[in-house]
Amino acid sequence: MATPQVLAPRTPRKARSNFEQNSWLFMRFSGVLLVVLVLGHLFINLMRGEGIHAIDFAFVAGKWTNPFWQTWDLMMLWLAELHGVNGLRTIINDYAERDTTRFWLKSLLYLSAVFVLVLGTLVIFTFDPCLDPASTLDVCQK
Amino acid sequence: MASTPAGTLYRGREGMWSWVAHRITGVLIFFFLFVHVIDTAMVRVSPEAYNAAIGAYQNPIVGLIEVGLVAAVLFHAFNGLRVVLVDFWSQGPRYHRQLSWAVVGLWAALMLPFMWRHLGNVFGGGH
Repeated sequence: MATPQVLAPRTPRKARSNFEQNSWLFMRFSGVLLVVLVLGHLFINLMRGEGIHAIDFAFVAGKWTNPFWQTWDLMMLWLAELHGVNGLRTIINDYAERDTTRFWLKSLLYLSAVFVLVLGTLVIFTFDPCLDPASTLDVCQK
Repeated sequence: MASTPAGTLYRGREGMWSWVAHRITGVLIFFFLFVHVIDTAMVRVSPEAYNAAIGAYQNPIVGLIEVGLVAAVLFHAFNGLRVVLVDFWSQGPRYHRQLSWAVVGLWAALMLPFMWRHLGNVFGGGH
């Protein structure tokens, strides 16, 4: 008995976007990084010394004159915001049934993300620790 | 196996409830991040503006809300690692239920020292 021959499909496949698969992967990779970044952030800011009572302008100035913490916070900002936006995008797709509702909710979501990312990034890069005249930081001593 | 069929409502066990809790805590954290970026942006305005904003977090009532926030973050973090294990570890799906209880255990093990420390800071003086 002859083996039936299977012909190759004649209609060419459309090039499909891998966006959903990539965002699925992004959630897992960014999630693992965020566990380290966010739990480290909480430990440093809330568990050491006087915890939340020690946080003031001078505390932030002390951290953000150090490129290590600037990089830490910048990565945390971008990864957390993109991770959160992608999570909310999934939730909107799940529960908002009308096309127009989904469109407006997602427009609002993306607008808020641009706002948070631009504001947060600007603040980290343009922060001036010497705004405080009483600062004891080396960079502010002239 | 449930002994009696009960309608059509899906009532999953650990898997479904951790999925529900993951969504709720995720949304909460997302909205907090929005607020937290804005309050931190006050460092760009003036030291007084920032100290006033962060002063709100040092209020005892907000201090209690922070316990809820950290509870949400810790659960979302450990449950997220469980999701990664279920997806990428060959034995993950087999042990997903045990992993769920490990998440709850780890969460409780870290919440206790955190509450001890944080509530001590919030109610026990500072300035």
